[in-house]
Amino acid sequence: MTRRLVSDPRPAVPAARAVYVAALNRHATIAALGDALLREPYRTPPRAPVLHLKPANTWIGPGDPIPCPRDVPALRMGGTLGMVIGRPASRVAEGRALEYVGGWLVANDVSIPYESHYRPAIKQRCRDGFCPIGAVVDAAALTEPDRAEVVIEINGRIECRAAGSGLVRGAARLLAEVSTFITFEPGDVLLVGEPDRPPLAGPGDTVRIIIANVGTLESPIRWDHEAAR
Amino acid sequence: MKRARVIADGIEYAATEADGRVRLPDGRLLREDQVNWLPPVAPRTTFAVGLNYADHARELAFKPPTEPLVFLKGPNTFTGHRGTVARPADITFMHYECELAVVIGRTARRVKAADALGHVAGYTVANDYAFRDYLENYYRPNLRVKSRDRATPLGPWLVDAADVPDPMDLALRTTVNGRETLRGSTREMIFSVPWLIEYLSGFLTLSPGDLILTGTPEGLANVQPGDEVITEVEGVGQLSSTIVAEEP
Repeated sequence: MTRRLVSDPRPAVPAARAVYVAALNRHATIAALGDALLREPYRTPPRAPVLHLKPANTWIGPGDPIPCPRDVPALRMGGTLGMVIGRPASRVAEGRALEYVGGWLVANDVSIPYESHYRPAIKQRCRDGFCPIGAVVDAAALTEPDRAEVVIEINGRIECRAAGSGLVRGAARLLAEVSTFITFEPGDVLLVGEPDRPPLAGPGDTVRIIIANVGTLESPIRWDHEAAR
Repeated sequence: MKRARVIADGIEYAATEADGRVRLPDGRLLREDQVNWLPPVAPRTTFAVGLNYADHARELAFKPPTEPLVFLKGPNTFTGHRGTVARPADITFMHYECELAVVIGRTARRVKAADALGHVAGYTVANDYAFRDYLENYYRPNLRVKSRDRATPLGPWLVDAADVPDPMDLALRTTVNGRETLRGSTREMIFSVPWLIEYLSGFLTLSPGDLILTGTPEGLANVQPGDEVITEVEGVGQLSSTIVAEEP
C-alpha cells in the first residue's frame, strides 16, 4: 500500500511535521574531507550525528518542479532514503529503533553546491521546493534499509549509485542516536542523507531518484520564475 | 491584544490577557499559575539568528558577522511559559538567551525592509537555551545544541504587532532567581527585524506562523538545576522557565 505524504492538487499540502536530515553521513564524504576535519574551522571530526532541517517551504510532491534560482547554473540532487516515524520515539535503542518507523519514502535533499560545512547552509539547502518527497510505503516494504541502494538518474541516465553500506550511520543507529536529544513524533521524517558528491542537474533536466521496494521520485527542474505555483 | 494558548480544566483554550490575568473564552479570569501554558503559536518553521548583537558576538570572541548566521529549530524544542528545561548531567555550561521572537502573519516573498513589518502578526519572547558542551564545528550551532527537546521556552503571550509600534526599541532583561544578569535593547541588533525579513524572504517564502528568533545581547550565565530564569522583552512579556536535572 502506498499513500502520499504530500497531497495533490498543488499547492502541495504536506502532511509531514518536520523533516530532519543526516549530514556528512557517508564514509566517502568523510574520507574525502580527510585531514581538513582536523584543521580550522572544524578541528576535530564530527562526534554526534550532524543534522539539517528541511523546512516546510522546501517540501514539494512527486512531479512538482524544483525551482532553480536564476543565478545558479546547477543544483545538487541529494537523493536519499527517508523514514517516516510511526509512533513517538525518544531515547530508543538501536536494536528496536526500526519498530518506530511507520513507513519509508524517497526524498531529494536538493542543494546549491557549496564547500564549507561550518555554518548552517540555509541559503543553499532551504529554498522553496528544495525537498521533493515521494509517496510513503509501509514499513514492511523495506526490512533491511541499510542494504537499500539509492539510484539517481538525470534525463534517464544513471549518474549516481549510493549503497546503503556507505552510510556512517544506518537508519536504526541514526534514529537511536538522534532520539537521545530529539523526540520524534508521528509524521516526522528523518532522511538518512545524500550520497557522496551528489550529481548535478539544472533547468530543463529531469531527475529520478529510485530506491527498490520504496519507490521512484521524479522531478523536473525549472528556472525559479517558471516554477511559480 | 495579547493572546495565549493555555490548558485549564484539562482543555486547551485560546486565552487573552485582561488586567494581567488570563481570560478564558467564557470570561473567567485566572492567575497565570492557574493554567498550563503552551507556546502561543504552534511551531512550524523557526529561524533563529546567532550573533545578532555586537556585544554578544564579542563576548563569544567572534567578529560581528557581515551576513546573518541563521539556523533552524525543530518543533520538538519548544515549551511554554513556566515550563522546565532539562540540564543534562554531562554538561558544564548551559546558558539562556533572551530574545524577541517575531511571528509572521502574512506570506512574505521578496519583501523589502520598508514593507516587512506589514507581514508580522505579532511578537513573543523566546529563551533560546544553549548547551555549549555539545557545540561542534559542523553546521554550527548544531541541532544537538539548539534543537533539543523542550529546551526553547516561548511565550507567554503573542502580542499583536499593532501593540508594538517599534520592535527595534524594546528593552531586554533577564533575571536568574530574581537577580538581573542581562540588560540590553533591540536597538543594538546588528540585523534588524525588517532587515531579517527582507533577507530571508529574498531566498525563501515566509508563511504565517513562521517564527524568527532574533538573537540575544550579552549577559549570559551558566544555569543550574533549581534556577528560575525570566527572560523579558519590554511590552511583550516575561517568560519564565526553571532548570531541572535531566533524568538519566
